[in-house]
Amino acid sequence: MTTITGKKREKIDRLAELAARDDERGVSLWQEAFRRLRRNPAAIVGAVILGLFLLIAIVGPFLVPHPADAQLWKGEIRDNIGYFPGPRAENWFGVDHIGRDEFSRMIVGARQTLLVGVVSTLIGLAVGSLIGGVAGACAGLGGRWGRAVDNVLMRFVDMLLAMPSLLLAISVAALLGAGLSTVMIAVGVVSVPVFARLLRGSMISQANSDYVLAATSLGVKKPKIALTHVVPNSLAPVIVQATLTLATAIIEAAALSFLGLGNNDASIPEWGVMLADAQRYLDAAPRLAILPALAIIVTALGFTLLGEAMREALDPKLRK
Amino acid sequence: MTDSEILVEVRDLKVHFPIKRGVFLDRVVGHVKAVDGVDLRIPRGRTYGLVGESGCGKSTLGRALLQLTPPTGGEVRFDGVELTRLPAGKLRTMRRRMQMIFQDPMSSLDPRQNVESILTEGLQTHGIGADRDDRRRIIGETLDAVGLPRWALSRYPHEFSGGQRQRIGIARALVLGPELIVADEPVSALDVSIQAQVVNLLDKLQDDLGLTYLVIAHDLAVVKHISDVVGVMYLGALVEEASSDRLYSEPLHPYTRALMSAVPVPDPDVEDRRERILLAGDLPSPANPPSGCRFHTRCPWAQPSRCKDERPALREIGGSRVACHYAERIASGELRPHGVSAQVVRPAGEGEAPTAVSAPTEPGSYV
Amino acid sequence: MALLEVDDLSVTFARRGQRTVRAVDGVSFSVDAGQVVGLVGESGCGKSVTSLAIMGLLPKQPGLRVGGKAVFDGTDLLQLDDRSRRDIRGRDVAMIFQDPLSSLNPVIPIGLQVTEVLARHRGMKGEAAQKEAAELLDRVGIPDPRRRLKEYPHQLSGGMRQRALIAMAVACRPRLLIADEPTTALDVTIQAQILELLKELVRDSGTALVMITHDLGVVAGMCDTINVLYAGRVVEKARRRPLFREPRHPYTVGLLGSVPRLDAGRGERLVPIPGSVRDVLAWPDGCAFAPRCARRIDECVGEPPELSLTHDGRGYRCVNPAPVPGTVPPAGTAAPGATAATVAPAEAAEPGATPAPAGIAEPGATAAPAAGGVAGPVPAPREEEKP
Repeated sequence: MTTITGKKREKIDRLAELAARDDERGVSLWQEAFRRLRRNPAAIVGAVILGLFLLIAIVGPFLVPHPADAQLWKGEIRDNIGYFPGPRAENWFGVDHIGRDEFSRMIVGARQTLLVGVVSTLIGLAVGSLIGGVAGACAGLGGRWGRAVDNVLMRFVDMLLAMPSLLLAISVAALLGAGLSTVMIAVGVVSVPVFARLLRGSMISQANSDYVLAATSLGVKKPKIALTHVVPNSLAPVIVQATLTLATAIIEAAALSFLGLGNNDASIPEWGVMLADAQRYLDAAPRLAILPALAIIVTALGFTLLGEAMREALDPKLRK
Repeated sequence: MTDSEILVEVRDLKVHFPIKRGVFLDRVVGHVKAVDGVDLRIPRGRTYGLVGESGCGKSTLGRALLQLTPPTGGEVRFDGVELTRLPAGKLRTMRRRMQMIFQDPMSSLDPRQNVESILTEGLQTHGIGADRDDRRRIIGETLDAVGLPRWALSRYPHEFSGGQRQRIGIARALVLGPELIVADEPVSALDVSIQAQVVNLLDKLQDDLGLTYLVIAHDLAVVKHISDVVGVMYLGALVEEASSDRLYSEPLHPYTRALMSAVPVPDPDVEDRRERILLAGDLPSPANPPSGCRFHTRCPWAQPSRCKDERPALREIGGSRVACHYAERIASGELRPHGVSAQVVRPAGEGEAPTAVSAPTEPGSYV
Repeated sequence: MALLEVDDLSVTFARRGQRTVRAVDGVSFSVDAGQVVGLVGESGCGKSVTSLAIMGLLPKQPGLRVGGKAVFDGTDLLQLDDRSRRDIRGRDVAMIFQDPLSSLNPVIPIGLQVTEVLARHRGMKGEAAQKEAAELLDRVGIPDPRRRLKEYPHQLSGGMRQRALIAMAVACRPRLLIADEPTTALDVTIQAQILELLKELVRDSGTALVMITHDLGVVAGMCDTINVLYAGRVVEKARRRPLFREPRHPYTVGLLGSVPRLDAGRGERLVPIPGSVRDVLAWPDGCAFAPRCARRIDECVGEPPELSLTHDGRGYRCVNPAPVPGTVPPAGTAAPGATAATVAPAEAAEPGATPAPAGIAEPGATAAPAAGGVAGPVPAPREEEKP
């Protein structure tokens, strides 16, 4: 009998709980998205890969067993019969075509690859967001003159978009000469239209939403509406795209390096350049191509997994 | 009525949206006449209800009244000030006195702002409140007035139920201490049991604060319940305006009659007994409205003579204003309804211009 | 045996890492030919899930569980394999959805979509199918049907689209029609047209109709029997008149009190239900409505209330139901015996009305209680409607 009433008390307490909600702080959309992200296994796998990659890129060069540019085992190489020493205790991944330690080069190359990916994405993100943000704000809130500004900016972006990305990169490289910065600029420029269009489109749809109208009816000035309401609500797709672009930027940078437009300073290893160098010895020592290729693929996969997971986490349709 | 009793006066208000075609150079190929010559007066402290079906221009009228959609022509006088020609800066200052409540409480609240920041925004814009504490006090009082707990302040819109969100929307309008509130479909996105809460809240706020309302809704029962005077819109124009009781007991315009008879009443006895006036066909496109009386294509009382050629003006008949040539003869039963064959209506250009759609919008494709 | 017998239908969604959601929890009702049964409730009450479960249209996903029975003409729809279910769907059972635009294929002309149904279930082809399709469109009130057949959904207005959808639904003269909020997306004058059309269909072809809606007004004008749903369970079921005259469950009372009525005078305050649909108690812990209920007593919490059935299918799931209006003795003037006598004729009058055709008013039915109520005082006048 007592247990029954006790249970009932418990239930009534629960009822009271329902009536008066607890007094904790609210959870913003970003926090909620982050919670969802943490629950997604793909996000965790992606984050682990990227964490490793970052760690290697940052501390790796200080810990490598051999200098990356020293041709310590040049004497052992039999170029004419295609013999390079394979993996062994001293050289875990073997020796490359001019007698350098492949393992050390891979580790040091991670930093270069990360640099190319991040810098070129940042270039694209910064320039693209600027153009897209201005165009979006003008188109969404600027009235007639705003639409004119938007028209001019977007036609420029369309021109960029119309050019094949590799061709664009090659012409940039031709203009600036081969080199790491060329690759970064080229890859960055290619992603400009993507970011610009994305942010603009997202901003225009936000500018037509009711809460912007509500802010207007409060009497808030348009530039302030653009900055406090429209931009923050339009960022989510851009962030997702940036994560995904990091993956493609690394691959594209590798492709440009592979074509010989990349880093021509042999002393600084980079995965794309290593892949390009290895092609001549593909039949003799395929590992020289497979290892950097694999590294590129795994890193790109990490970014893609994280990006897709972020897309899911930030998607309003999955909210609730 | 003296002028000081009238808070809002709308004269011959027109909102036409151009229909544009073409890629580079926008070519105007026509106009959607969302609002086409509306006159109305809202007395201070009263509620004016605006009803009509989707696409009749009622939401556009509400927005044009607040200058959120620029009117094409006509005048809007708010407390004696002509709003349509007011410079932008002055208009912004005026906005403190006239606020809006939206249909969809989710999309009308910025999902990234917490309640405190939503409510502070207006206060900051208009420099209300001396400092942070003073603003907090004002906000706290407003929360009490709309029946939200204090812990709501740190929460975000998505953490509330629909009814509570609508209360946040009302609080946002109320915090500035406005005189006029335009409520665009304030309850239609809410569940039945919640609608009554919000309707009662609006009633109570009016009693306490002496607010003037313009309530726009498609639900005749809600509008009738809340309003002193109801205006019925059809294709961008008022067809009838009467006190809410009179509108129900003596509808004069054929469209009002049809509308009244179509609203379901939750009472089987009433439902079984009442006579339905079923209108044929759909609302004609506002881009290409019928000539003469705009209702003549669907009107069961339409006469071959004047209805097709002459657009009826609003005229006073026993306390109501009606735009019908034959209102008296229909009321006396002299004219009998006849069958009307439905005409095909294209949905192209249906509804209002894309910038002024009153349907709830998803807040962006992402968060 | 009724045409459709839904017995103890339950639908649960189990998601990894989240609490199992019981969207529908032991819902039972039956529909006879020519009868209109209403499922009424607010968002999240499980009314749409019920219909989708009966039709086997719930998206297949892990964790979804459908229990109970839905016997249509002797076969349990829930036990059918996909193939035979597809055969029954469209031919014997059809469904109308809320949003006509998304229920029609946007890239296929209306005519083809209608003839497709005819070809699939009635084996009609070519000119015969065309002719039949045009006749169907004509029957649902679409002007100039021959030309409409060649048009695409976006070329029709909302009301016409819904008509086209109804035409497709009735193409094979189904014996059961499930309409899920068929008029919610439409304007009132168009809603009136569509409701009239549905009434005609039921009257003329004897189709059974399950009407799912949140609008009590729609229900009042159409349904013979009404099930009020809350949080996945039926909280009250009754025939139309008793439900509106003498709502017993506090939720039904609350719903009726919160709807502004067109025929009410100005200035009458509404009586809302406090809280929101989110404030529910899980059924096993007691009555889900208890947190919002004005008549809550201690017995409401602890165990779920049973659906207490009276005669004539009337039932409510409440331990402290609202009193029948007119039976509460005003300060002890009426003896308890007299009170019981008043209730009886009021409800006994209903079976007399049962054989009447669906949706037709029976003038005698309203007068009956007064005539039969000689034993006790005449039931208090209900809210008198104005003409």
